[in-house]
Amino acid sequence: MVPYKVSYHKANSVAEAIELLNKYEDECKIIAGGHSLVPMMKLRLAEPENLIDISGIEELSGITETENFIIIGACATHADIGRSDIIKKHAPMLEQATNKVGDVQVRNFGTIGGNIAHADPAADWPTLLLAANAKIIIQNAEGTREVDADDFFQGLFSTDMEENELITAIYIPKSAANRNSVYRKFPQPASRFALVGCAAAIEVRNGKVANARVAFAGVSATPFRDSGIEKALEGRNFNAESIEAATSNVANGVSVMQDHFANEKYRRHLAGVFAKKALTDLA
Amino acid sequence: MQVEVSLTVNGKLYKQNVEPRMLLVQFLRDELRLTGTHIGCDTSSCGACTVLLDGKALKSCTMLAVQANGKSVKTIEGMAENGALHPLQEGFHQEHGLQCGFCTPGMIMTAADLLSHNPSPNEHEIREALEGNFCRCTGYHNIVKSVQYAANKMQAS
Ligand SMILES: Cc1cc2nc3c(=O)[nH]c(=O)nc-3n(C[C@H](O)[C@H](O)[C@H](O)COP(=O)(O)OP(=O)(O)OC[C@H]3O[C@@H](n4cnc5c(N)ncnc54)[C@H](O)[C@@H]3O)c2cc1C
Ligand code: FES
Ligand code: FES
Repeated sequence: MVPYKVSYHKANSVAEAIELLNKYEDECKIIAGGHSLVPMMKLRLAEPENLIDISGIEELSGITETENFIIIGACATHADIGRSDIIKKHAPMLEQATNKVGDVQVRNFGTIGGNIAHADPAADWPTLLLAANAKIIIQNAEGTREVDADDFFQGLFSTDMEENELITAIYIPKSAANRNSVYRKFPQPASRFALVGCAAAIEVRNGKVANARVAFAGVSATPFRDSGIEKALEGRNFNAESIEAATSNVANGVSVMQDHFANEKYRRHLAGVFAKKALTDLA
Repeated sequence: MQVEVSLTVNGKLYKQNVEPRMLLVQFLRDELRLTGTHIGCDTSSCGACTVLLDGKALKSCTMLAVQANGKSVKTIEGMAENGALHPLQEGFHQEHGLQCGFCTPGMIMTAADLLSHNPSPNEHEIREALEGNFCRCTGYHNIVKSVQYAANKMQAS
């Protein structure tokens, strides 16, 4: 398959990328790993006139830390994140997820920034960032803005981002909940995308759940936190009984996707099973 | 629009003008005539097109040639040295790791990535590493043995 004709520009810095984005406005697309965009271009579901390649920008790579945050560069690949000791120590669910995104080849080149900008409903990172209470750092010609993951994902392939903006980094809080976190996923057997994924970050203080963040991938058109589960857990003992009660009615009020792999009923059931598995891992 | 791409492929530097929409796999197969890299699904699933880009396994149907500009590619044609098969190639031969052979170049390149950072993988690790490579013939059993053969041989030498 051959993509539509396109022009190509390599950006060597964030400033240069922003300049190109403003020059070509809605006639361009950023390309990072290309592992969502190139397949879309081959199917001609995307026909950008210009590509702005950000993959070589040094400032966007790497994983660092401050006192309160882990900072993941937008161009960090899934494999980079999987290899990071900082991630391993402060947010085990993120490390676990890296072994579950696609396959080795995809993990070598796909980036976290591209993954969340693309916002596939079956992608893993959006859900993980919701559970992690992450902040997404976005840059445009005017400067930098910060968006909570809770406000970033707005629908099917749709985010709180304008055409001329660039994700530069993702901030993950170093919190007690993120240190006690897990990701459980039921992959679609051929594509490896999530049929259902459940990310859970739970802080337990004095035997009681002090803070619970539980989010799902693959279940609805937009990744979401399940407030039903979170409320049912908070203030309770964290044990088999409270987990059973909290996961008895998952995705309540949420419109659940269906396709020929899983109808609504089965997906909802899987979501319950995977939420229970995830929470049981942590209790 | 044409863009100059310079790529080191199997140790040799190539400079060529290409359309930005050209896929890396087309560049390798159609421009350089390195047809050992196969196109199976053309939809990023099967892994038949896997090559090493700067040492890392890549589905070359999922990257534009321009994205690889300045980098180094290794294909199945670059595996044998001085007429001697690479231990992975030898392993697939010895352990009957192929039937039709269509998937084999991709399998070998992905396995090469694995062995570069995990010189003695167990069966589970081999199967996980090869998750993105499909074989319609062998049932994978002998492919695992082939990779183990290569790992043992490379460890011994
Ligand atoms: C076979 C296969 C299996 C996969 N399985 C999974 C899976 O199981 N789970 C999963 O989560 N994903 C999966 N993916 C998707 C993969 O993770 C992609 O790498 C990822 O979604 C996109 O990252 P990228 O760097 O390749 O982005 P690109 O393809 O380069 O870009 C994707 C989109 O994001 C935009 N973009 C990229 N970077 C930025 C930025 N910094 N700022 C603003 N916009 C940007 C681009 O303009 C484009 O619209 C799979 C992909 C393949 C090919
Ligand atoms: S041809 Fe590239 S993955 Fe199948
Ligand atoms: S040997 Fe035929 S596809 Fe693997």
